[in-house]
Amino acid sequence: MALDKYQIAQRIAKELKNGYYVNLGIGIPTLVANYIPEGMEVVLQSENGLLGMGPFPFKGEADADLINAGKQTITTLPGSSFFDSAMSFGMIRSGKVDLTVLGAMEVSENGDIANWKIPGKMVKGMGGAMDLVASAKNIIVAMMHTNPKGESKLLPKCSLPLTGINCVKKVVTDLAVLEITPNGFKLLERAPGVSVEEIISKTAGKLIIETDIPEMF
Amino acid sequence: MKKVFNNAEEAIFDISDDAVIMLGGFGLCGIPENCINALVKKEVQNLTCISNNAGVDDFGIGLMLQKKMVKKMVASYVGENAEFERQMLSGELDVELIPQGTLATRCMAAGYGMPAVFTPAGVGTEIAAGKEIRNFNGKDYLLEMAFDADFALVKAWKGDSMGNLIFKDTARNFNPLMAMAGKITIAEVEELVPAGALDPNQIHTPGIYVHRIFEGKNYEKRIEQLTEREPA
Repeated sequence: MALDKYQIAQRIAKELKNGYYVNLGIGIPTLVANYIPEGMEVVLQSENGLLGMGPFPFKGEADADLINAGKQTITTLPGSSFFDSAMSFGMIRSGKVDLTVLGAMEVSENGDIANWKIPGKMVKGMGGAMDLVASAKNIIVAMMHTNPKGESKLLPKCSLPLTGINCVKKVVTDLAVLEITPNGFKLLERAPGVSVEEIISKTAGKLIIETDIPEMF
Repeated sequence: MKKVFNNAEEAIFDISDDAVIMLGGFGLCGIPENCINALVKKEVQNLTCISNNAGVDDFGIGLMLQKKMVKKMVASYVGENAEFERQMLSGELDVELIPQGTLATRCMAAGYGMPAVFTPAGVGTEIAAGKEIRNFNGKDYLLEMAFDADFALVKAWKGDSMGNLIFKDTARNFNPLMAMAGKITIAEVEELVPAGALDPNQIHTPGIYVHRIFEGKNYEKRIEQLTEREPA
């Protein structure tokens, strides 16, 4: 069965390592914070100027001066720090952030990503996405395998305006975990109960299948 | 050199039509509420506004859009208001979308006296069009220019009569960078104290960058996305 968004987040959380500094994009990526393994130390970076992003506040405790990059009210944790936006993107650009997780509309087989603009519809802007994908050491995309029209989002080439080129390392969808290699998408894992045939049929880009593909969980 | 003003109306006395203005804030967090209200009352026209976001329909820069005071918006993420979308799609409002990190760094460059900076954000995308690309150590970077703003309107938590500023939590964001970058920087603070009341070790923006400062009033500090969790 295809995964729901919580399970996609859960699978991505398995990529976390102790001591990692991580930036989680808006949408499914923010859910990864709920699945950080017990006892593992992970510091979440919020690009509007906070390291050590904590959980949402309890009722009545929200502070208008303390929000995340999605404009939601949040809290801090022991060891948190505040800084300005230039320092925030400075630490991203200089490779101090170990892992970036973000959503996408399209990913190409050579690791291009499109996630900020649909021509003809309202364009809201790229925010920090272009900086993140141009700089992060490790970029994982969390998205559905197909769009609402049933078309593959894993393509030979992106058709939508690009956010970045040659940057995505791994993609986790509701159907599969795939790695970007010089030869295309390499299938690593499939969602429990989902067949390799289904994944092949829904992947428009070049797909490499070398072995028996295990289930994610 | 008197920096302390009574209020926003007096502090913005020389902001006139066609000005290029930086406004601090991320979303609605850390925005110069009093200066925005004063600008709206003054109905200055044809402004170019540099700010990460454009507010919402009835708050922040959205108030300026309602009065059609803005000719051009330079931002990284916009569209949380219907009037903004309408003006943009009709061509009334010129919008330049730039990466958030590039926005921050172009402010920083201006404040640090550097004419331009190289950044990898946007290489290979449509925003690279027309820009110089240079390769350093095997990686491509775009040449981006420092901003040139007539005024910077910033919001801080505390400030003193010499213009030193301290920011609070995530209301800091672009404010320190814009404070450095503005030809004239106007700072509104929640608490204005005499010089000497602030510990020099605690100061985020030294007063040399701040030309005018006033204690603001009636901050709404609106929360855009109130998000709470249930007790365990």
